[in-house]
Amino acid sequence: MPVNPDLQGRVFAPVPPYLVGREKIREFATAVQAIAPVHFDPAIAVAAGYPDVVAPPTFPVVVQEATLAQLLAEPDAGIDFSRVVHGEQRFAYTRPVVAGDELTATLTVTSIKTLGGNAMVTAESAMTAADGSHVVTATSTLVVRGDS
Amino acid sequence: MTGADAGQAGSLPATGDVVAEATYHLTRDSLVRYAGASGDFNPIHYRDDVAEGVGLPGVLAHGMLTMGTAIQPVMEWLGTRGRVVEYGVRFTRPVVVHPVDGASITVTATVGKVDAAASEVRIDLTVSSGGSTVLGKAQVRVALDS
Repeated sequence: MPVNPDLQGRVFAPVPPYLVGREKIREFATAVQAIAPVHFDPAIAVAAGYPDVVAPPTFPVVVQEATLAQLLAEPDAGIDFSRVVHGEQRFAYTRPVVAGDELTATLTVTSIKTLGGNAMVTAESAMTAADGSHVVTATSTLVVRGDS
Repeated sequence: MTGADAGQAGSLPATGDVVAEATYHLTRDSLVRYAGASGDFNPIHYRDDVAEGVGLPGVLAHGMLTMGTAIQPVMEWLGTRGRVVEYGVRFTRPVVVHPVDGASITVTATVGKVDAAASEVRIDLTVSSGGSTVLGKAQVRVALDS
């Protein structure tokens, strides 16, 4: 089944809020070899003007994952996960993610293109804090390989 | 503003300046650690048999691990005197991580564009592993505190 072109413009239901933990930020920072003290030490983060430790820039992918799972599970999407390759990734930030944030992510499929036998699916996950303010939008382009 | 950063406050770098360079070593341990931290447990990132079974040259680093590591030299250069506004990459070539030798990622961060009015700088990243470029159009837009 090819990728359904009608997906373009589809907005999914928000996923349940993700509570960003201090230890999760430390764990993620260590995994990407981040060394800045603002990722690890709350006192240094507060001195730098943040309420708690600051997540590295690509941390929102952890929250985005549940939204992409929604897309792959959509019955009429026609996206075979075994044929998916991550083509591009982008983050646009209003502010950094910090420990204590309760992020709600909402997925929108912004573009479906076919190129050769492949489909390029671009989807953005907009993440808002508990007060409704925008924090970051994570955008992925997935390449779905056609039948070879 | 910390003492270490104070000397650079208010000054913008120039287009073409190399602001940071660094090399990072990845091992299979790094991939397992990233799998746990990120929640991406796709076995092509830790099992040779699965990777080979789907036609890959070996176990690959998560693209998001490469992306997440590649921005670190910029974060160290930036410190607390500004923030990242946007970061994007294309995944152009996989990073194969050898079970014994691992893999190295080399990052060069160069100023691509300066917007003095907005106090914003675009940093272009050249990211390579084993002599090949692995990320395309890797760009970080940062806003510097005035």
